[in-house]
Amino acid sequence: MANKVAESISREEFFYGHKACAGCGGSLAVRAALKVLGPNAVSVLPAGCMSAVGFNFPQLCFSNNSIISTFAGTASMLTGVEAGLRARGYKDFTAVGFAGDGGTADIGIQALSGAIDRNDNIIYICYDNEAYMNTGIQKSGLTPFGAKTTTTPAGKNIHGNIRPKKNMFEIAAAHDIPYAATASVGYIYDFIQKVQKASQIQGTKYIHVIAPCPTGWGVAPDETVEIAKEVVDCGLWYLAEYENGGFKLNHKPKEFTSVESYLKKQGRFRHLTDEDIQVITASRDKKWEFISKNFVI
Amino acid sequence: MRPYIREKKSFTFDEVPENTCFEAGYLTTVNSGWRSIRPAVNSEKCVGCEQCYLYCPDGVIAINDGKAVIDYDFCKGCGICAKICRIGAIEMEAERK
Repeated sequence: MANKVAESISREEFFYGHKACAGCGGSLAVRAALKVLGPNAVSVLPAGCMSAVGFNFPQLCFSNNSIISTFAGTASMLTGVEAGLRARGYKDFTAVGFAGDGGTADIGIQALSGAIDRNDNIIYICYDNEAYMNTGIQKSGLTPFGAKTTTTPAGKNIHGNIRPKKNMFEIAAAHDIPYAATASVGYIYDFIQKVQKASQIQGTKYIHVIAPCPTGWGVAPDETVEIAKEVVDCGLWYLAEYENGGFKLNHKPKEFTSVESYLKKQGRFRHLTDEDIQVITASRDKKWEFISKNFVI
Repeated sequence: MRPYIREKKSFTFDEVPENTCFEAGYLTTVNSGWRSIRPAVNSEKCVGCEQCYLYCPDGVIAINDGKAVIDYDFCKGCGICAKICRIGAIEMEAERK
């Protein structure tokens, strides 16, 4: 019984022996992406979980060329790596960046915006675990409404984060980027296919992949993949692409699963009241109204 | 090349790199001590669909002769493989000493 997707990517491992928590969604995204891009990928990692767990000198877990960048400069270092290798005559390589949600939506956003503006030939992958998990769960721009973090604690009056998640996918798309996509590690076939597609396109590519963090989300380590599937099935996340000036939805759930059961599974949402859940459900319905109007389905 | 555990070297001062550039894929320690439960593959049930191989965050599962084989040196025992396996060929059992 051969698996076509497994046949289409490298059998070698390029991110191996790393010290990420058991069941880490971010390491699954990095591993899968590197297996698509192969040994000639040059990866750039800013401060964040994946650089912290991948480079414990002398334990070096990347078997392709990798470098740690400044926190704010993932995309600008990718520009430099791409330009440098091209100037030295290399042709068969991919410059790929793996930044977390804080390194993309808060700290690295101007470098990313600049790289998209210059249309450098790079792939930027944001693994989104919805808070600064590496430093102990602080709120980032991509933390969803209601989530409890150490900087947005859940109390009697304020129930966790009061602001909604920043729409990073559409911010990247608004630059008229050649290719942008959203993905989830729960739908790994879709993610692998999007990285494959991105590697064939000239110009800047942005992929935003939801990567649950069992430690920060308060779920069991073996539930990472299921919760990453459920966030798509209940409609709080969507799998879409932006190409040639148009949005396209890749996966439309026939019927949404319960938002409440998705939220109540996680420690970070356990304090939410019924009103909070209604606010989240209403924002989901509003988002899907926007999607059905503006996306090709 | 699949990364593998290197022998312990004792560096003299001259051999230590001046900055933190070093050989890629250089592993010195294992992760097996993190586990309290370990996955066990029932090779009679396993059909080699490679779901566990694709979803393993640590990449410790390889397919050998159409059956899943686990590298216990680096498996952290998260249990994703046991959950993803539709036919139930992987079960989590207590870590043996």
